[in-house]
Amino acid sequence: MKMANYKATANYSVKLQTWRAYSVLGALLALFLLLIGRAAYLQGYKEDFLIKEGEQRFTRKLTLEANRGMITDRNGKALAISTPVQSITAFPSDMDDLSASQTAALASALDLAPEDVKRKLEDKRRDFVFLRRQMSPEAAERVMSLDIPGISKQTEYRRYYPAGEETAHIIGFTDIDNHGQEGFELTRDAMLVGKPGSREVIKDRNGFIVEDIASIEAPRDGQTLTLSIDSDLQHLAYSELKQSVEINKAKGGGIVVLDARTGEVLALANMPSYNPNNREKLDPDARRNRALTDAYEPGSTMKPFTVAEAIEQNKITPNSMIDTGNGRYVVGGYTTTDAHPHGNISVQQVIKYSSNVGAAKIQMMMSRESIWNLYNELGFGTQPHTGFPGETSGRLRAWKNWVPVDQATMSHGNGISVSLLQIARAYQIFATDGQERPISFQRLVAPLPGKQVIKPETAKEIRDMLQMVTEPGGTAPQARVVGYRVGGKTGTAYKPENGGYNFSRYVGSFVGVAPMSDPRVIVAVMIDEPSAGKHFGGDVAAPVFSKVVAGCMRMMGIPPDAPQNTGAEDTNVPAEKEEM
Amino acid sequence: MTRLNLLLLLVMIVCALGVVTSQHKARRAYIELQKAQAEAHRLEVEWGQLQLEQGTWGMHSRIDKEASSRLGMHVPDAAHVRVAPLKSGA
Repeated sequence: MKMANYKATANYSVKLQTWRAYSVLGALLALFLLLIGRAAYLQGYKEDFLIKEGEQRFTRKLTLEANRGMITDRNGKALAISTPVQSITAFPSDMDDLSASQTAALASALDLAPEDVKRKLEDKRRDFVFLRRQMSPEAAERVMSLDIPGISKQTEYRRYYPAGEETAHIIGFTDIDNHGQEGFELTRDAMLVGKPGSREVIKDRNGFIVEDIASIEAPRDGQTLTLSIDSDLQHLAYSELKQSVEINKAKGGGIVVLDARTGEVLALANMPSYNPNNREKLDPDARRNRALTDAYEPGSTMKPFTVAEAIEQNKITPNSMIDTGNGRYVVGGYTTTDAHPHGNISVQQVIKYSSNVGAAKIQMMMSRESIWNLYNELGFGTQPHTGFPGETSGRLRAWKNWVPVDQATMSHGNGISVSLLQIARAYQIFATDGQERPISFQRLVAPLPGKQVIKPETAKEIRDMLQMVTEPGGTAPQARVVGYRVGGKTGTAYKPENGGYNFSRYVGSFVGVAPMSDPRVIVAVMIDEPSAGKHFGGDVAAPVFSKVVAGCMRMMGIPPDAPQNTGAEDTNVPAEKEEM
Repeated sequence: MTRLNLLLLLVMIVCALGVVTSQHKARRAYIELQKAQAEAHRLEVEWGQLQLEQGTWGMHSRIDKEASSRLGMHVPDAAHVRVAPLKSGA
């Protein structure tokens, strides 16, 4: 019994051991197979992924920032330029709380209030926060020297505009991420931004670059944009316009200076303006480039076109007599009036005295269609396509809808609206022997071909009339420039309001060319709602013309074409009040 | 046979040392290049800043103000301007 018991027990234990041995062996085999399977899986299926991940541990792809292109004036002076600045960043999620003294030191180095800094770093869920953007490199260095963990700097580019408010409307500005927002910064953005490059490198443990592993893709810097603007003339035009707007307590104003030979814009300024270097408080009203985006009724500056077309059609000559009678002329139930009756006057005198009746009578000698064709050819009613955002086309209605009164009033610039740039462009035909060229804001190597709108002889005859306007007895003796023969036409118009006119709000303007013997510049000045007593174009806009032209002649080195010592004294003769 | 093998071994050792040296030189040269590129970048940045500075100091508005306020200059009026005409045939 005892024996049998022992045997039975021994047999049982051997059986048990065999089972255990096999199970252990099986488990080991399974684990081994698992390892082989895993290895095969990693080698076979995941190889590409793993190689990529491995490379990521030691290779770095660096972005090479492209510098935004400069904008310069025609002489290469910088008007907009980018320079690197530093932005201070922090990683709140990785940072310990700062002590009060650290916060204070950081805030003073950042030139921020300590509460602001604290608030920005408070939210631990945020991985990344800008503490302050676009600081000067020296100021950023002061922040970094505090050696606070979790604070780092990052290079960004900031745009500076040395000419500030003077060129603000032409150039526009960029936002904080260097995208153009207005002006040429916006329309030429693609050309200015360039293309960032990249390089792939191997970095060692200390962050030093060991070698390039792929060919470097060099960044392409933005191109330099050369404008046709002359920054010296621009300063002169802007400061004279500003002065006139302030003296006359006007709501706004604009000035355009064109090169008469090429159609390039030498200067273009508006009031009110803004400083593009400081965009925090930007009045949207000041942002408008009025000379291009706002249309106004040009008033009497339209009269020379009517006279030119009538001479072209052989209806009149400069010496034909026009009976303006008692200063009243009824067309289609509407009366055109002259405040001072001029009686029987010549065509030249119609321009010199700016007679509404005379201009209307000449206008009615021609067909509606021919006048519309002239206006259309001059570019009224169509956008000038200068590559500037938001330019207006003005308003010129189809001739089939004109009633006689429309035709008559357009001769003195009512019922039609144009931008200041359009009227300056149209005056090219008087300055260039009848040719009109497209307007360019970029410097041209050679002038673009113009189209002949009127005959050279007609242009010459109109020039003579325009000169009379600035002579004693004309409407703008204040436009005179000592030493030079200049000419132009005044315009004074009531502002249209609610379908009628507001008879206490005016737009005074003057458009002229100089020097008369061989015109080089066209200057158009517009003063919006002068409210300090004077409102005639000859009083508010002509003096600006005179000063700007005098400066142009000096800067461009144009020899005087008038006998010396003429007439500085007789500009005191009171101006003939122009008709409205 | 053994002699040839020894010779080849020697050649191989020399080649291996050559590879090591040239790789080292390449790294050194690369570091030099890095430095030069960093310097070029720094100079470019400085050039940009100098251009900006020149633009700011040379703006017509500032020169105008300095000339009239500090130096007491002004544009001569008509009475002080004499035109010297070119004598024809002289």
